[in-house]
Amino acid sequence: MTQSEAQTHVSTEQAQSDETGTNTHAEGQQHPIRVYLVVWGWLFVLSLASYLVDYAGLEGYLRWTLILFFMLLKAGLIIAYFMHMAWERLAFSYAIILPPAALLVFVWIMAMESDYTLLTRTIFFATGE
Amino acid sequence: MTDMPHTNAESERPAGLSGITTDWASDQTAFKNVSWGKAMMWVFLLSDTFVFGSFLVAYMTARMSTVVPWPNPSEVFALHIGGVEMPLLLIAIMTFVLISSSGTMAMAVNFAYRRDRKKTALLMLATAALGALFVGMQAFEWATLISQDVRPWSNPWGASQFGASFFMITGFHGTHVTFGVIFLLIVVRKVLRGDYDTGKPGFFTSRKGRYECVEIMGLYWHFVDLVWVFIFAFFYLW
Repeated sequence: MTQSEAQTHVSTEQAQSDETGTNTHAEGQQHPIRVYLVVWGWLFVLSLASYLVDYAGLEGYLRWTLILFFMLLKAGLIIAYFMHMAWERLAFSYAIILPPAALLVFVWIMAMESDYTLLTRTIFFATGE
Repeated sequence: MTDMPHTNAESERPAGLSGITTDWASDQTAFKNVSWGKAMMWVFLLSDTFVFGSFLVAYMTARMSTVVPWPNPSEVFALHIGGVEMPLLLIAIMTFVLISSSGTMAMAVNFAYRRDRKKTALLMLATAALGALFVGMQAFEWATLISQDVRPWSNPWGASQFGASFFMITGFHGTHVTFGVIFLLIVVRKVLRGDYDTGKPGFFTSRKGRYECVEIMGLYWHFVDLVWVFIFAFFYLW
């Protein structure tokens, strides 16, 4: 079962609950167990894939791209399905998910700082001054 | 999911971007359908995101600015099994254990809303057992590295900041898992006793519990798993 199939499955489930007049939030987050098992399976596959990146000894940009790709997919699956963010209203999801983007600015600042530190260290160890 | 039509109680509330402005401008609570308990757990997790984010940025800064080569985690965390060296094997097993604990937790939340106390408690106990197993393997990993003379200020293989980053990041994460296991056991006891059916006041907050408490507990547990996804990628695989 692919992820898109899982999504369709969830959509139909929600549509059904809407028809019967019980919306998903009234009784808390109620979703079919199948959704969790499918996500669980995908998390296993993605973890295995990221482990194989190391096992295969891939290097450089290919390695880093694959690691980040598998990492973001896993994080997305956990937040969206296990933590139910996919079923919350956008006003809430954005309030929680957007602030960590500030960390990217922090990463950028510290990456520049690290480059500068490395430069001064390299010069110091090479020339002693 | 964003364009999904909301019905019934939510029928007057538009979805999508206009839903954001409507919710925030509604002159009431901004977070519709989200109880304060759940919203506050999310806000706590958001703050925790910045704690772990800062640790990982500190690690990035140390690793990027050192002139000494960084120890190769693939070799440092290898396991020797029957004379064969398996890179990162213990870490991979730990990853699978933690993911499995997240799976059992997600299902426990489901059974909690169905008021199936026995299955909820069993799945949460499985989650706690897997969490304890994870912490146990982490203790083994720490013991192995410490016996190989890894210290926060030095190690046999390269940049001296390796030890400080390792102990700080995995130590903080392990502490989170440990507290999660304790948190799980407290909630299991309440589920088994039927506190969420009878609305028995909690011993600490003296407020009535609901089965939503299991979901809120689950949010914390999934977050611990989420942090491990990032640690696994940046510290062990990079």
